[in-house]
Amino acid sequence: MHPHRAAAVALRHYYLLRGSLARFLPLFAWVAIDMVLWGFMSRYLNTVTSREYNFVPVLLGAVLLWDFFIRVMQGVTMVFFEDVWSRNFLNMFASPLTISEYLGGLVLSSVATSTLGLLVMLVLASTVFGLSFAAYGALFVPFLLVLFLFGIALGIFGCALVLRLGPASEWFVWPIPALLSPFAGVFYPLSTLPTWMQAVSRLLPPSYVFEGMRTLAAGGSFQVSTLLWGAGLAVVEILLACAFFTRVHRQAVRSGLIARYSAESVS
Amino acid sequence: MVNVGRADVPKVLSVAKLRKEYGGKAAVEGVSFEVGRGEIVGLLGPNGAGKTTTINMVLGVLQPTSGTIHIQDLDLAAQRSAALALTNFAAVYSPLPGNLTVYQNLRVFGLIYGVKPLGARITELLEQFDLVKYRDVKCGVLSSGEQTRVALAKAMLNRPHLLLLDEPTASLDPATARDIRARIREFAARDTGGVLWTSHNMYEVEEVCDRVLFLARGRVLLEGNPRTLPGEHGQASLEELFITVAREPLALERS
Repeated sequence: MHPHRAAAVALRHYYLLRGSLARFLPLFAWVAIDMVLWGFMSRYLNTVTSREYNFVPVLLGAVLLWDFFIRVMQGVTMVFFEDVWSRNFLNMFASPLTISEYLGGLVLSSVATSTLGLLVMLVLASTVFGLSFAAYGALFVPFLLVLFLFGIALGIFGCALVLRLGPASEWFVWPIPALLSPFAGVFYPLSTLPTWMQAVSRLLPPSYVFEGMRTLAAGGSFQVSTLLWGAGLAVVEILLACAFFTRVHRQAVRSGLIARYSAESVS
Repeated sequence: MVNVGRADVPKVLSVAKLRKEYGGKAAVEGVSFEVGRGEIVGLLGPNGAGKTTTINMVLGVLQPTSGTIHIQDLDLAAQRSAALALTNFAAVYSPLPGNLTVYQNLRVFGLIYGVKPLGARITELLEQFDLVKYRDVKCGVLSSGEQTRVALAKAMLNRPHLLLLDEPTASLDPATARDIRARIREFAARDTGGVLWTSHNMYEVEEVCDRVLFLARGRVLLEGNPRTLPGEHGQASLEELFITVAREPLALERS
């Protein structure tokens, strides 16, 4: 692996962000709006419910973590979509760039863009709405890490899906987080869900994060091993997503789809 | 003119028994040819003859059903990345991203191709292709001729051993096309690379190419010097020969 090639993919995205307000603003604007909306919602709920229960770490904290996950996933897919939109596949894939270097570049970009979104959310949630990260203790960073890993896995999966099904299928990718959120238990304990949904939840690393976050915010203790399980699951899912992307790419090279991608199908 | 098909010239591209099949139907069938160092080889043929399919296979974006491709001594199937690091291309149907400036595009692709020192190479190419004044202009707003010059600058970033050009002068006015041809000839003469060129403009093929291959129905029908080949097949010009290949490939196959 040549890091400079992965850096080239990230640099391309940096150039695009630097030169376009329409690309730069969404990195933090929507998550900032989410913080404001859910911050006031949490405050309001605090005034109408029991005084012992604080909604800020549970509700606003959950939104912050979930938005971070979405930013990571979209951080990966957006860079890939730029190649789709500018019909750049031939230039990229007829170069010495390997799949691991290309995916490395997508991840590198996502690290930068999702960090920006996270910083804006952290500043807003803590300064305006008094969200104290002490409520989550030392586990806050591992929480973010698990969500980051899962965001990368889903981002790569989304890219593979669009590579396989064509440019129009990007609309399958945007709603994926919304589709998963009921299973991930972002706002409620997993015990609320019917058994079959809980079975799906166990395959989703974020569900371990949100269970842990609620337990800690309620003053309970949370087994680190549970989170480690979630992290392990996320790593396995990244490997599966990479294998899926590689397989789809190989198939696209075999069928000629890479060279005629705008046609969406070579059959 | 350079080494027309000479056996002692080092080969930058060796294609052997290349075949690509779609659903049991062959788009390219048993194509074999070589490109030597400093040589410009024209790949000619009517639409659908298999030129772009062949180029896509050499570029590694289309897997052959059978056959081998070696760039220098590297087997493309086994050492894809190393082989493509020695290659570059420009094609009308694959423009550089229009939302990046000329400099940004050259920098990004320079990094991908591992060009060192990149800054100096970009400056050199901007001057060579008369692009200095467009350095910070987005590629999408450039004229066709300027975009072609940028695509060629990108294609020469890594001083490729094998340069693939798929109709590089299509849609250009005659003056710009002549300018582009001169730069490509200059590349073949000065650097150590060979060029595989497709074009429908027989005048420019005759002017530029050392050797041509006529493809029809996925097969190489004829090969030779573009200036003598028409006479050898009883045709007045390369264009006449092209038309014959397009209309009556079987007659030529028999001859």
